[in-house]
Amino acid sequence: MRQILSQFGTDCDSGAAPRTMENWYEHREMIEINIVVCIKQVPGTTEIKIDPQTNTLIREGIESIINPFDTYAVEEAVRIKERIAQQSKEGFSGPESKVIAITMGPPQAENILREAISVGVDIGVLLSDRALAGADTLATSFTLAKAIRKLEREFGKISLILCGRQTLDGDTGQVGPELAQQLNLPCLGYVIEVMEIDNKYFKLKRLMEDRYEVFRVPLPAVISVSKGINEPRVPSLRGAMRAKSAPITVWRVSDLDVKSEEVGLSGSATQVIKVFSPHIERQSEIFTGDVDTQVEKLTQKLQSLGVV
Amino acid sequence: MDYFLSDEQKMIVDIARKIAQEKIVPVRKELDEKEEFPHEIIKEIARADLFALFVPEEYGGLGGRIFDVCLAVEELSKGCLGVATSYAASGLGFLPIIISGSEEQKKKYLSDLASGKKLAAFGLTEPDAGSDASAIRTSAVLDGDEYVLNGTKQWISNGGEADIYTIFAMTDKTKGARGASTFIVEKGTPGFSFGKKEEKLGIRASVTRELIFENCRIPRENLISREGMGFIIAMRTLDKARPAVGAQAVGVAQAALDESIKFAKTRHQFGVSISSFQSIQHMLADMATQIEAARALVYAAAKMIDSGAKEISAASSMAKLFASDVAMKVTIDAVQIFGGYGYMREYPVEKMMRDAKITQIYEGTNQIQRNIIASHLLKSA
Ligand SMILES: Cc1cc2nc3c(=O)[nH]c(=O)nc-3n(C[C@H](O)[C@H](O)[C@H](O)COP(=O)(O)OP(=O)(O)OC[C@H]3O[C@@H](n4cnc5c(N)ncnc54)[C@H](O)[C@@H]3O)c2cc1C
Ligand SMILES: Cc1cc2nc3c(=O)[nH]c(=O)nc-3n(C[C@H](O)[C@H](O)[C@H](O)COP(=O)(O)OP(=O)(O)OC[C@H]3O[C@@H](n4cnc5c(N)ncnc54)[C@H](O)[C@@H]3O)c2cc1C
Repeated sequence: MRQILSQFGTDCDSGAAPRTMENWYEHREMIEINIVVCIKQVPGTTEIKIDPQTNTLIREGIESIINPFDTYAVEEAVRIKERIAQQSKEGFSGPESKVIAITMGPPQAENILREAISVGVDIGVLLSDRALAGADTLATSFTLAKAIRKLEREFGKISLILCGRQTLDGDTGQVGPELAQQLNLPCLGYVIEVMEIDNKYFKLKRLMEDRYEVFRVPLPAVISVSKGINEPRVPSLRGAMRAKSAPITVWRVSDLDVKSEEVGLSGSATQVIKVFSPHIERQSEIFTGDVDTQVEKLTQKLQSLGVV
Repeated sequence: MDYFLSDEQKMIVDIARKIAQEKIVPVRKELDEKEEFPHEIIKEIARADLFALFVPEEYGGLGGRIFDVCLAVEELSKGCLGVATSYAASGLGFLPIIISGSEEQKKKYLSDLASGKKLAAFGLTEPDAGSDASAIRTSAVLDGDEYVLNGTKQWISNGGEADIYTIFAMTDKTKGARGASTFIVEKGTPGFSFGKKEEKLGIRASVTRELIFENCRIPRENLISREGMGFIIAMRTLDKARPAVGAQAVGVAQAALDESIKFAKTRHQFGVSISSFQSIQHMLADMATQIEAARALVYAAAKMIDSGAKEISAASSMAKLFASDVAMKVTIDAVQIFGGYGYMREYPVEKMMRDAKITQIYEGTNQIQRNIIASHLLKSA
């Protein structure tokens, strides 16, 4: 497997040198990194039903779940926080890093925020408003970016934004990169390992089709994670109890620094007009006779079709 | 059946079930075949706060209620009884400290045990002292500010994996059972080593080892309670812990029934599913009824203990006795319903049958449980 060590972005040189035993003391500063993890509520099935009239998802009767790819992002965010706490224990104490989960969705999306809190997320923020409905990836990333700016004003600097690779329903994989664009931040996709954590940069490994790539990414940054990055934990009992009663912050359009024509359907550059499954013609033929005859007929058929 | 669990108890069940389904079931066959201790799963159980269930809140736990423990144990046992044993045996190891430890001992040990950072083990049995626990020969002699331990413990669950051991040893051989005392021994103490790891019929994911003490010196303050209290502490501990063995039995039996129902509906013979045969239906009905009765008894005994009741021996023994006999019968029937498939290691029920057997043996054999129940009946009559 080929390994590439590459610099990312331009301000990277100002970043700290890799930590070694010799220069460890100089770098023994408190790491304080607030992390935002973006999660989406999706129907808990791969058989998505679309309303032929409105071309929107039919959600009735289908259990909603946290987008499976986003569970890896949540787990990694919590692990990064735990690693920071571990690293900081070696001498310093200070304000704790926070993990904030944010989702744009209907009021019931509150449930996935509680689920995230039960596995270690500190704060849940729900962006919910009728005016946000029908958003495409552009409007979604725009709204998320505005909300992240507001989070910075309320909770302090956000250094890392984690997204899932793609969603089970929309499936575009565009929101992460678009979010980076909106926030003017570096973006790294398909991250499979967080190798090093520092105040100024992260060393990350990403999984490409035929190779791994290692990057040093300056913070703040947006990353999207691959499935293999971790194995999400089961909620803890204390987490589940906290999740049950934790307050969920709900922001409406009026709470964000946006105009209503910039969000939802009106702020979208695209609109899903029709979603349908291609009609596949299936031909079937049943061979009869004893086993030898059936094998003979099958072989002939496959040969005539050019399959074998 | 609805046992009207509180929201918090439902959370315990949900979380333990999730661990069983997502983390245990996929690897249980491999753990069984390789006789491998489930380190990763134990970490997961710890992270989920389930060890905290053993410990009162003031020492970093989540209450120390036996009923809560039973709920967690039952769900974990549906996944694998070997894993559930490793979890429950740690609780058994802490219990002497919770029941009779000093304030300093509780402060020193319980928070690490509650977080699952450290496992515990309970060391009573010896080669010549099984059912007759008063026959233990391991000795503890006070020498200045230290006790010196000599002797061998046998078949100790979590042996080698645990950091904290509660050890029963004779401080005064002339006094018989009244000469026994309980000590806390930490792994790594000079003179404390481990013997061979046993090869077992079932619960093969759990470890069972010998503990060897050769002039092992421990600080005097590691004595739990007073000298001579050892036997009483052992009995009090086992009285509290036995419903959890009942919960193990209920869990493994329920898992075997669930597998049997699934199999009976899909297996076809004589052109119909075997679940259409009345003899199979009646077996399933009996299994379900017995399991429900066992569960009700286990829950009742656990709640009685949590209420602070004084006379708990008989109830606790009944729960363990009945549930473990049910588990053995139900798992044997499950193999029967599976027919030849049940005998094959490819299917999960033969493991459940091998595993279930232990619940009739450890923490006092079922003969000993009957002795306890009978002595209570005759004493109070
Ligand atoms: C069948 C279908 C096809 C669609 N095709 C398009 C299309 O071609 N172009 C287009 O612009 N829109 C499309 N949409 C709309 C799109 O689903 C929405 O814009 C959606 O809000 C985000 O896109 P996504 O689901 O593809 O997310 P992805 O870009 O696949 O998601 C990547 C990550 O971004 C984060 N994220 C995504 N949505 C949210 C959210 N609401 N809140 C918080 N974090 C989030 C998550 O971390 C997620 O893992 C389509 C929708 C459907 C149902
Ligand atoms: C896998 C495993 C894990 C264990 N883990 C632990 C542990 O963590 N800590 C620990 O201290 N011990 C542990 N033990 C020991 C266990 O508690 C003993 O095996 C059990 O108490 C029985 O003792 P024994 O095996 O010596 O049987 P014995 O006492 O020799 O009994 C043999 C048979 O005689 C019967 N019998 C004995 N006395 C009577 C009587 N008075 N009346 C009627 N019948 C009688 C018994 O019921 C049994 O059928 C473990 C054992 C096993 C197998």
